[in-house]
Amino acid sequence: MKTNKAFISLMSVALVGSMLAGCSKDNAANNAPNQGAENGQAENAAKGPSGEITVLTQRTDIVDTVFKAYADEFNKTYPDVKVNFQALSDYEGQITVRMNSDDYGDVLLVPTSIPLADTPEFFEPLGDLAEMSKEYIGLEERAVDGKAYGIPIAVNFSGVLYNKKVFNDAGVTKAPRTIDEFMSALRAIKDKGDATPLYTNYADGWPLTQWEAVLTTVAGKVDYVNVDQPNTDENFVSGKPHYELYKVMYDAAKEGLIEKDPTTTNWEASKADIANGKIGAMVLGSWAIGQVQALAPNKDDIAYMPFPTNASEIIMPLADDYTLGINKNSDNKEAARAWIDWFVKESGYPTEQAGGMSPVIGAPLPETLKQFEGTDVKFELQTPAKAGQEGLVDKIDKDAEIGLWQPEFKKRIIEAGIGNLDESYDDIMKDLNDAWVKSRAKVSGK
Amino acid sequence: MLNNLSYKTQRKIIIFAFSLIPVALLFTFAYLPVFNMFKYSFTDWNGYSKSYDYVGFENYKTIFTDSKYFTVFKVSLYYFIGSFAQMAVALYFATVLSSNVRFKNFFKGVLFFPYLLNGVAIGFIFLFFFRPDGTLDTLMQSVGLGAYTQGWLLNPAIINISLAGASLWRYMGFNFIIFLGAISSIGKDVYEAAAIDGANRWHQFRHIILPSIKSIVQLNLILAISGAISAFDIPYIMTGGSNGSNTFVIQTVTTAFKYNKLGLASAMAVVLLFIVIIVTLLQRLFIKEEK
Repeated sequence: MKTNKAFISLMSVALVGSMLAGCSKDNAANNAPNQGAENGQAENAAKGPSGEITVLTQRTDIVDTVFKAYADEFNKTYPDVKVNFQALSDYEGQITVRMNSDDYGDVLLVPTSIPLADTPEFFEPLGDLAEMSKEYIGLEERAVDGKAYGIPIAVNFSGVLYNKKVFNDAGVTKAPRTIDEFMSALRAIKDKGDATPLYTNYADGWPLTQWEAVLTTVAGKVDYVNVDQPNTDENFVSGKPHYELYKVMYDAAKEGLIEKDPTTTNWEASKADIANGKIGAMVLGSWAIGQVQALAPNKDDIAYMPFPTNASEIIMPLADDYTLGINKNSDNKEAARAWIDWFVKESGYPTEQAGGMSPVIGAPLPETLKQFEGTDVKFELQTPAKAGQEGLVDKIDKDAEIGLWQPEFKKRIIEAGIGNLDESYDDIMKDLNDAWVKSRAKVSGK
Repeated sequence: MLNNLSYKTQRKIIIFAFSLIPVALLFTFAYLPVFNMFKYSFTDWNGYSKSYDYVGFENYKTIFTDSKYFTVFKVSLYYFIGSFAQMAVALYFATVLSSNVRFKNFFKGVLFFPYLLNGVAIGFIFLFFFRPDGTLDTLMQSVGLGAYTQGWLLNPAIINISLAGASLWRYMGFNFIIFLGAISSIGKDVYEAAAIDGANRWHQFRHIILPSIKSIVQLNLILAISGAISAFDIPYIMTGGSNGSNTFVIQTVTTAFKYNKLGLASAMAVVLLFIVIIVTLLQRLFIKEEK
């Protein structure tokens, strides 16, 4: 008995000892590369940045393939920087939770749900807005007090993705310009009977939010979204852009020009369907063009047009994709900055993977936009909000629980359109406008 | 070293040492978050900002004065009624499979299997099931009921029944396995004595099984009701709460993460917590155990 106890205590000493040894070994292993990096920094100060950075991305699909290749390419210019990637599948949902800690990578996409005014709490300024604007476009969306906090990974344009063959077969040879022309084109496709004229992707929800992006086209002026909208009490009133825009959705639903059962739609299937001519059109950002063309038997059938409008000018609105920023708590800000500049300028991501335009000034237009060169279609960024009104639209929107960029009220419009709700379109618009007016008074009054 | 201490002290040390870790875990991952939720429910925190203001009972006032937060409880009624059907089916299968049936274990496995499946997978299975010309419609057409096919998720009068049905399919196995365990604890001799006295299967169920598992039925009922009030995963995955299938928990998630009103959403969660507690207490009051 006695010996047994002695044996056990000996064993436990040995065990604890080995655990401690394990710890110290780990420490040594951890320290080594860090020391190496620090030494390297001192030696190679002239050569360029060094260290290890973690890049967060939403592209779970290509993080192990395309991004790996980017890192290799990047290391040819910056051999001392080690780039790690972390892909988050529900980027917006997960990143805001992680940002409660200090550990949210070195380079990350600035979440759209972070209000503009709070940006400096989390992100490192990248430089003077005026200075950087000579090099990049689209910085205004993440600029506070004259400093830029994010560079867009791509600049997207918004409109309608359509299958040219379906439109041609129904006798519509020219892309419709006005809302009336668009509606009669949809009716013609319905009468032909081979395809769903306009697919909403109601069940997935998020494709419905793409409609909000074309508000500028319907308004026909770049000032509307950020400058006019926060100063009006008539946002959803008849004749105003929001009313006109979603009337297209409502009328299409009402006349049976959308899919037969919206509640069981499927996004992946819809991409294949429009590629194969079973769907006429979908309202989507430019990022979708490449994805659908890849599935199409004949790439040239898949075309893109501005959203129909009654305005005198046709503006295809440009908007930032996610912007890239640097974590304020990062240890390797210099290396992080090098990655951002390289990623946006050299990697080819903006056009090849994001399907948009490069934010670098002077970069050539992508193929899909060449057809609009020399036409009356203008490509323009939205005017940023007036000083003191940055993020005001978002604040009113959140407070009123309208959800301009959420699928909720669009779903309500479709439900009313197909007759599932007792509400009329005007009821819904009145409801939204009342909420808008109330919250605008509350938010501006603060 | 421990030998010098009295048995009582040793006992205390052992109990303390053994419960330290579980209690610490319980406190960190259960009580602390709940305490924080109570705290946030009195603030206007948006979920990520470093600062927030205390607004007193403002959030609670909003919930109780704006009808849109409470009308969604109507939807819970479907799940509530569904939960009774679920218990009845579970009890039926548990009773049948507790007697000598061929392939008993196979059927037990089949019935319990849906509960092991991931909720997201089930959501997608039923999305295909309810699609126009999907599994259900095809099945109905093949047996000549093609004229009765519906827009299962399209028709606002049917959607909640469809979803409650999917929910029933998923959770029935759980009720079933609990009933089965309770029933198998009844001694064989009781059945034998009853059989000698001339009791048939129904008599056995009514007078032996049901009284023996009464407390388990009550437990399942409490679980089913709180489950109905907080129905979430199936409707959230399948419809996202659209077309009139919105539940209180979906509403809470939307408020917290789409409109960034974490304070208000916390208050909604607190309200839900109290509703579940009240319903449970009421039920204990009505179905009081006779002593």
